[in-house]
Amino acid sequence: MSLSQVEAATESDQVEQPVGNLRQAAWRRLRRDPVAITGFVLIAMFIVVAVLAPLIAPYDPRDTPGAGTITPTNIPGPSAEHWFGLDEQGRDELSRVIYGARQSLLVGVVAMLLGMAGGMVLGVLAGAFGRWVDSVVMRIVDIMLSIPGLLMAIAIAAVLGRSLTSVMIAIAAVNVPIFARLLRGQMMSQRESDYVLAARSLGVRRRSIVLSHVLPNSMSPVIVQATLTLATAIIEAAALSFLGLGGADPAVPEWGRMLASTQRYLASAPHLALFPGLAIMVAALGFTLIGERLREALDPKYRR
Amino acid sequence: MLKFVVRRLLMLVPILIGLSALLFAWLRALPGGPAVALLGERATPESIARVEELYGLNEPWYVQYGRYLSNAVQFDFGNSTRTNRPVTEEMARTFPATFELALAALILAIGIGIPLGYLAARHYGRWLDNMSVTGSLLGVAIPVFFLAYILKYVFAVRLGWFPTQGRQDPRMDAEHPTGMYVLDGLLTGNLDASWDALMHLVLPALALGSIPLAIIVRITRASVLDVVHEDYVRTAEAKGLWERTITRRHVLRNALLPVVTVVGLQAGLLFSGAILTETVFAFDGVGRFVAEAISNRDYAVLQGFILVIAVLYVVINLLVDVSYGLIDPRVRVR
Repeated sequence: MSLSQVEAATESDQVEQPVGNLRQAAWRRLRRDPVAITGFVLIAMFIVVAVLAPLIAPYDPRDTPGAGTITPTNIPGPSAEHWFGLDEQGRDELSRVIYGARQSLLVGVVAMLLGMAGGMVLGVLAGAFGRWVDSVVMRIVDIMLSIPGLLMAIAIAAVLGRSLTSVMIAIAAVNVPIFARLLRGQMMSQRESDYVLAARSLGVRRRSIVLSHVLPNSMSPVIVQATLTLATAIIEAAALSFLGLGGADPAVPEWGRMLASTQRYLASAPHLALFPGLAIMVAALGFTLIGERLREALDPKYRR
Repeated sequence: MLKFVVRRLLMLVPILIGLSALLFAWLRALPGGPAVALLGERATPESIARVEELYGLNEPWYVQYGRYLSNAVQFDFGNSTRTNRPVTEEMARTFPATFELALAALILAIGIGIPLGYLAARHYGRWLDNMSVTGSLLGVAIPVFFLAYILKYVFAVRLGWFPTQGRQDPRMDAEHPTGMYVLDGLLTGNLDASWDALMHLVLPALALGSIPLAIIVRITRASVLDVVHEDYVRTAEAKGLWERTITRRHVLRNALLPVVTVVGLQAGLLFSGAILTETVFAFDGVGRFVAEAISNRDYAVLQGFILVIAVLYVVINLLVDVSYGLIDPRVRVR
């Protein structure tokens, strides 16, 4: 570390002194960060649209107001009546994109929570017990990581059959080893720290050291990863649905499936690919922006 | 160094055993059991009995697992239920195609990503930096199949600069000794065929390359930023070394270490991306074949392909580890 950096570090330490803990400081920084605010706005939009879909959507997503007028070469694009145009079956594209947000949000959140929970159980086991438990858990993690993510999700979804639940489980399973490895590494490095030594010499029991000291101090990267996982889970869910492994009912709009079914009409009706694609992107971008900024805010290296 | 390589090779053994056990269990967990899975929808009670007899599915599981392992080691994965050809034959046909595509994607990503990341770091906080940071965030958030659609619509459908799909014009009279069409054209002296294959490769490679590109730009940028403030760089500057020498010998050499690891980790993501990209561009490779196997429930193909892909992936990561040890002597000791 150069001299100027040392100076900068001590200066910022002084500035940060009165601040409570790292997480409060991070939150304070995020609220002033324009990039993070952009992320929050995008996600707020996404959540509002998903929750209030029945109120916002101008049509029922299954209704076909344009039935009879639609031919493969004539799929009307955006108009005053149908802002996003009609789809290949004459349904209102805007309403379908709006309802698609529900599936996407639901799958993303549940898959992330399941994956994080599973990964944390494995990570805590490996990080707290060490020795042979660690070896066994980490070999399992290695095996899971040796299969490319989407391929593993496909394999699991194939076993569980075509449903939204199996999509959630498949995506969660892909994320379990990632969380496990992250948390285990973090706990390993925390175990060496002085406060653990202090607690141990005070005679605190091992379980309580792990659960009330090591684990909370290891959580920052896990929270960042969880935020970023929401983005990848939304994209992965769309990818599975794009490949035909989405929910069981094809009438229920899903962004990935909407993109897949428009493939043949790309030349004549590009709007059918554009809107669901943009929707996936906006949702994923929101979580990515927050995750990235959160990572920097929680990392002392980036403190300004 | 040799000890390091051997140790890493030994770590492969439990992974491969676990992986094969997992796939063996997977095939048995499929709806209807392995016989129905292998036969597909045409399964009748008689044919199920025949397949169970043929593959020894009535025998105890450890006998079955042993047979499965010995078949896998001999590259015998049975026949595709859709094309009725040996799975191994389909692999020989599709793997070179995807290898060619992934290589092109990686070349694009590295060729653009490293210079861009370096320049962004050197112009820290200015427009080029902001542009590449924004671009790489967008690159992470955009689904690869959506980007593939955009590229296909703009550059193939609208502008007509590139073909919309396939690997080569079917009217092209070309031979394919290696299965990598660009290389085949060069080898057989058919430059037109090579050029045509290259044109077919551009858009899918751009779409697929966007995933590693975004990550390579970010890692290179962060890593260069870390390194330029190191004392040894300042010493080099103080010694009056040429800017170019400092960049090459001191900054890039140290900054590229993390980039190498990241490129290796991309192999899995590239493969996942290939399933989607190849589907959009009807590019006849592993990804498209796997995607078709999914919709046709061709489980014989799926299990064989998953096993081979996972093994390849593990081996690639091993190679990356070893190359990392070659570049950075510190790694070998650990």
